[in-house]
Amino acid sequence: MTVRTFGSHAHPETGLERTSRIAASVGLLPILLVLMVAFMAVFEQKFFGVNNLFNVLRSTSFLAIIAAGQMLVLIVGGFDLSVGAVIALTSTVMAKTMAVLSASMPDQTAAIITLGVLAGLGCGVAIGLINGLCVAFLRISPFMVTLGTLSIATGVGLLLTNGIPVYGMPDVFVKGFGRALWFGLPATVYVAVALIAVVWFIQARTKLGRYIYAIGGNLQAATVSGVPATGYLVLTYVMCSVLASITGIMMTARLGSGQATMGGNVMMLQSIAAAVIAGVSLRGGIGRGEMVALGALFLSILTNAMNLLRIDSKMQLVVLGVIVVLAVALDELGKRRQIRD
Amino acid sequence: MNEIANAKKTARPTAAPSDTEAPLLEMKGISKGFPGVQALDSVDFDLRRGEVHVLFGENGAGKSTLINVIAGTFPPDNGSFRFEGRDIRGLTPHQARIMGISPVFQEFSLVPDMTIEENLFLGREITTGGVLNSGAMMRRAKEVIEELGFHLDPKKKVRELSRAHQQMTEIAKALMGNVRLLILDEPTASLTEAETGRLFSLIDRLKHENVGIIYVSHRMREIKELADRITVLRDGKLIKTLDAEGVSENELVELMTGRKIDVLFPAINHAPGETMLDVKDLTLANRAVEGVDFFARAGEITGVAGLVGCGKSELVRAIYGLEPIESGHIKVGGEPYLHPAPARSLKHGICYFPSDRVVEGLALSRPIRENASMAALDLAQFARMRVLQRGSERRVIQEIVDKLRLRPPNIERIVANLSGGNRQKVMLARGLTRETKLFLFDEPTVGIDVGAKIEVYELMKQLVENGAAIVLVSSELPEVLHLSKRLYVMHRGRMVAELTGNDINEQAVLSSFFQDENQAETA
Repeated sequence: MTVRTFGSHAHPETGLERTSRIAASVGLLPILLVLMVAFMAVFEQKFFGVNNLFNVLRSTSFLAIIAAGQMLVLIVGGFDLSVGAVIALTSTVMAKTMAVLSASMPDQTAAIITLGVLAGLGCGVAIGLINGLCVAFLRISPFMVTLGTLSIATGVGLLLTNGIPVYGMPDVFVKGFGRALWFGLPATVYVAVALIAVVWFIQARTKLGRYIYAIGGNLQAATVSGVPATGYLVLTYVMCSVLASITGIMMTARLGSGQATMGGNVMMLQSIAAAVIAGVSLRGGIGRGEMVALGALFLSILTNAMNLLRIDSKMQLVVLGVIVVLAVALDELGKRRQIRD
Repeated sequence: MNEIANAKKTARPTAAPSDTEAPLLEMKGISKGFPGVQALDSVDFDLRRGEVHVLFGENGAGKSTLINVIAGTFPPDNGSFRFEGRDIRGLTPHQARIMGISPVFQEFSLVPDMTIEENLFLGREITTGGVLNSGAMMRRAKEVIEELGFHLDPKKKVRELSRAHQQMTEIAKALMGNVRLLILDEPTASLTEAETGRLFSLIDRLKHENVGIIYVSHRMREIKELADRITVLRDGKLIKTLDAEGVSENELVELMTGRKIDVLFPAINHAPGETMLDVKDLTLANRAVEGVDFFARAGEITGVAGLVGCGKSELVRAIYGLEPIESGHIKVGGEPYLHPAPARSLKHGICYFPSDRVVEGLALSRPIRENASMAALDLAQFARMRVLQRGSERRVIQEIVDKLRLRPPNIERIVANLSGGNRQKVMLARGLTRETKLFLFDEPTVGIDVGAKIEVYELMKQLVENGAAIVLVSSELPEVLHLSKRLYVMHRGRMVAELTGNDINEQAVLSSFFQDENQAETA
């Protein structure tokens, strides 16, 4: 017949916990970036050459755009394996369209470029629609759908070109845009900055962005709250593919020819890596475009550094894979220790 | 008998609903079946404006199916559904909300990675041309929270909130729009007494505003305080709708269970023996449990009571090896048990029965036999040299299944086709496949019918009287009150009381939450 009452005491925060909390709020990424640049400053001054920096900026721009798209799909709780293949398809279709039009109406450069770009973007819209409709309405797993469209897009690209590069795009397109410097910086950088700004605005300030977060954060809750989830899911997949398409257009303009081998699985893996490094959760609901751009910058500098240090390209693939797995593992570990008040 | 009318302290609202007025909600002959279960069988239900109508019944009686039909989660198979005089067909959750039907379910409809403010406005954001007007939303969110008298910071993420605060957010969200009908599904399961008081005065105010309220609860005290009418459901059927005035507690329980209450719980001969489980200063990595001491002895049932989300479930899960432990000591049978893991727990003679049998317990697409033997395939009677002994497996499992009176006793049936009660029996069968000295029951009677419940209690009685130790974790207060020899009370991750003998009663349990709450406030 006893009633024992236990004393209550709050658990004080230890120093280690405070450090990890602060690190988590600032993020590991900026720190890693600074460390890497400092490392290059000491060991490889070639890194700071203007041409090299332009190269880094260009590849960062390509990767940032495609990774921003990948991020949107990750936030709604899916993922998109087809982004690399969309680049290849866009590249070949656009180059082919421009080449054919150039032969039939050689003087109308503006029309040729417009129609070519539209054809390229059309590829993105088409693949995005297939992905989105299958995921949202047929409830097929994103893995299977995008694996399928990866294969389809790659196949169509190869069929169109037989694997041979397609030349014949207007000079203005290649020299005036793809390889051009605007106000001293590669043109692609402006496009990337503008697109990331748009993505940021959508995420932070619009209903669309909020619904994308809500669908990935808790689909059931979003549906019950009146969010038309299926429509937004399709839209998200289309946005992702279109962003991949834009990357394809810029890469093609830079290279000067349409190639069915452009983008590919390395680009797809990098897009996921950049997003995950930037804290995008594979469980959905979390991720910010500006951070993903930082993730892309990190990966581009890392790749560039490995090139300068003459690290074997096969080895670079291993490093990329290790980084992806590490980033995902850290994400999981962080989740496991989450504390409620 | 203590009558509900006597216990009612607050006066009824002056705008009492008149019987001539058409009811707010009128449902006739509602049926709903799921594979293997008839969840609702031709149920009539109506709700007047400005009344609190309590839905009363056991888990699995059909209460949640009924409120889900009303909220538009799924349509009924049969029956008519009228709301504010209009026939309702093909209702979606979104339409229901627009019409003023606001549900607050136990399963929260919140997005964990969004802030409170973002959740409150989800699906009805204030925008200009698709661009969010954050300032206006934040102001309105603060107003609403203020009005409700909740202490919530709208900028906080839902993931970071306690279960009680999530519950308040959910209630605030339900009250954001124009509410005509409010559904509250056990809203106080995770609230303390002070918070419950605030909720009740809110309900009172809504009644005056002519809002109809459907209130699901098991707690007699709440029913006495709030109810105007009570509808009792059992096994998907309407038993009776009655006025709350003049109804006794025993009458309600008899309507609910279909039998006298003292028959429900068996008399157990506890014979406390050696200490089987001894936990000292246990703290989990996620702080769901902090600095907990407790022990369980052979030959007795040790109960752990507490509100939903208080950490009682995490406590037994950690002992079994399902939650990461930060610090503390666990002794099993007198020997230190370091770094618990399920496979080793089984070898140590510990068995855990999870509360969510679908998610954590059973492989639904596999037969009863495989599910029952799953945890014992390392034993010689089931497998030799990693090759299954099918004949022996069948014999052993059939024997256990017969002992548990699983009907029909066909062990090759697929588990997905079984009722809740039978699924629980398959789980229990798994626990009986190997020699076990310590059983950890986590909400063992959630979602099963009265008959199966009694059989579960009978099994516990047998186990204890044969010398096993049982730790019973349950949110159903009557269950732990009647079955436990010793009863621990947990609150916010800590043990707040240990009750024995005559001190094991509802009042003592509830007041230990209250004491803890007071201490926390004065500290």
